[in-house]
Amino acid sequence: MTPDLMEAGAQRYANIAPLRVPGQTESGGRSAGYGRVHTAGAVDTTHGRILYLEDVHVSFDGFKAINGLSLDIAPGELRCIIGPNGAGKTTMMDIITGKTRPDKGTVYFGSTIDLLRHREAEIAALGIGRKFQKPTVFEQLSVFENLELALATDKRVRHSMVFTLSGEEKDRLAEVLQTIHLLDSAARQAGLLSHGQKQWLEIGMLLMQDPKLLLLDEPVAGMTDEETVRTAELFLTLKGKHSLMVVEHDMSFIRAISEKVTVLCDGAVLAEGTLDEVQADERVIEVYLGR
Amino acid sequence: MLTRGGWSTFLVALLVVCAVAPALNLLVPADSAFHLSDYMVGLLGKIMCYAICALAIDLIWGYTGILSLGHGLFFALGGYVMGMYLMRQIGLDGNYKSELPDFMVFLDWKELPWHWALSDSFIATLLLIVLVPGLVAFVFGYFAFRSRIKGVYFSIITQALTFAALLLFFRNETGLGGNNGFTDFKRILGFPIATQGMRMTLFVLTGLTLLGFFLWARWLVNSKFGRVLQAVRDAESRTMFCGYNPLPYKLTIWTISAVMCGVAGALYVPQVGIINPGEMSTAASIEMAIWAAVGGRATLIGPIIGAFIVNGAKSWLTVSFPEYWLYFLGGLFIVVTLYMPQGVVGLVKKLRMGKGAKA
Repeated sequence: MTPDLMEAGAQRYANIAPLRVPGQTESGGRSAGYGRVHTAGAVDTTHGRILYLEDVHVSFDGFKAINGLSLDIAPGELRCIIGPNGAGKTTMMDIITGKTRPDKGTVYFGSTIDLLRHREAEIAALGIGRKFQKPTVFEQLSVFENLELALATDKRVRHSMVFTLSGEEKDRLAEVLQTIHLLDSAARQAGLLSHGQKQWLEIGMLLMQDPKLLLLDEPVAGMTDEETVRTAELFLTLKGKHSLMVVEHDMSFIRAISEKVTVLCDGAVLAEGTLDEVQADERVIEVYLGR
Repeated sequence: MLTRGGWSTFLVALLVVCAVAPALNLLVPADSAFHLSDYMVGLLGKIMCYAICALAIDLIWGYTGILSLGHGLFFALGGYVMGMYLMRQIGLDGNYKSELPDFMVFLDWKELPWHWALSDSFIATLLLIVLVPGLVAFVFGYFAFRSRIKGVYFSIITQALTFAALLLFFRNETGLGGNNGFTDFKRILGFPIATQGMRMTLFVLTGLTLLGFFLWARWLVNSKFGRVLQAVRDAESRTMFCGYNPLPYKLTIWTISAVMCGVAGALYVPQVGIINPGEMSTAASIEMAIWAAVGGRATLIGPIIGAFIVNGAKSWLTVSFPEYWLYFLGGLFIVVTLYMPQGVVGLVKKLRMGKGAKA
């Protein structure tokens, strides 16, 4: 090979280099062909789904709370779920987090982890965090201790007896305290916080867990308008790094954060699309306004 | 672990137990006003055993929110293990001059049952004092907590457990002295048991155990482990969704609590000189919960104070007004439940804060 040919080749390569996405190959970002090494417990999102529910059924004493629900969420997506009371929103979260067992159906975290095979604590450790409808914090402990307990670390008994916060973890704690605007109240007993602050603390506890998927059940209920706006900002910054599933009734809040909205009704998906699309949908209007 | 004031109080308590009390009892002449009578030494020793139980109840009830009404069982198990050793120590000095304990001769048994095999070794006895209550608690706790039995249901099952054990120990076939239990102890480690010196030794040992357990409990509840326990108490599902499996936490503190009670029982038996199934009665277990409630749950020091208040009052009232004692106990429980949910310690805190607010 002559030097001028080499030069020309290098020149061609340099021309296309900026167009390449790092790590991207012809096979769509995956290293080609022979299958991938699967790490146990790691979430596999290469098929573009972090959460996948198919044909899930649950009934309580004959009442069909979830009736053939199918839903999936992409990595980094912020999905809003709306629906009238009794549509099965909270039950769906119960199923994903292992609190309720479905009678039938498939629930996968990534493409390899069958969530129906795990208990609550294991599911939390896998990387699914949940905020309850009613803010649930450890009332007798301080704000700081609440966050410390939620910190992603070894959660076994032996470890807990000798646990001390590392400098790095302290920084992380301070950062989250800052994010949830509770830095001044760090030493306060959590039970003494206002309703909105408790909501924030619970969100902070989720952040400490550093979950891949966050399930948020009515996160802005009882918050002032200003707090609601700040929550919307926070969620938008989380989007992309984490996947979020937000159940909410507050339409202005949903408008502020949503890209894709799913409407649940009678335990199944009624409509899916942008907020404007679903609001224009005849069936959705009927469910919300009719009857 | 303790505040500076806490440590100095602790040191004073240590000094009182190890030096002041023995000196007042052994060195000060009996006719002096400062003399600590043998009766008082026995009484205080007994109450310190109860205080250990109250501390154990506090760990499981006050900090973890699991009300056990069956800790009398663990207390009795520790006591029975110690009692078996003390029975073997009697040797040939029993009424029947036999190698076997008297009640076995009376039942016409020819040899020791299998479960008495290790009872002549003091080392084995010490191990079993920890192992027997610990193992019973572990197995029972594992199944109860795994089935997520909670609240009042758990309390009722613990009551049933201790009552079942009571019925079992009442039977002569169990080989543990039936309803008479064990008594008439003569020696411990070859030394006569009923001397003033031995009584004082047991008193000091009990005091040291109480103080040691207090520090241990303090360490436990101040660690992250203790905070997880409180988290389980206040919002168990939240704890689970934070990634903690509550089962091993509950099981650990439950077993520790049972072992503490067992050790208390083992210290109790040589001091009062008798152990019988009465210690497993449901009332005995409920009383333990009352000590903790009166003193103040989730404070550690509270239940110890509670045990002293209630048992001090008991020994005074049962002598002065024997017929009113139970009314007093019932009344006390009602008053504490209604007006002092945080117990005596909570009341003191409230009064102090009230003063602080006024000043």
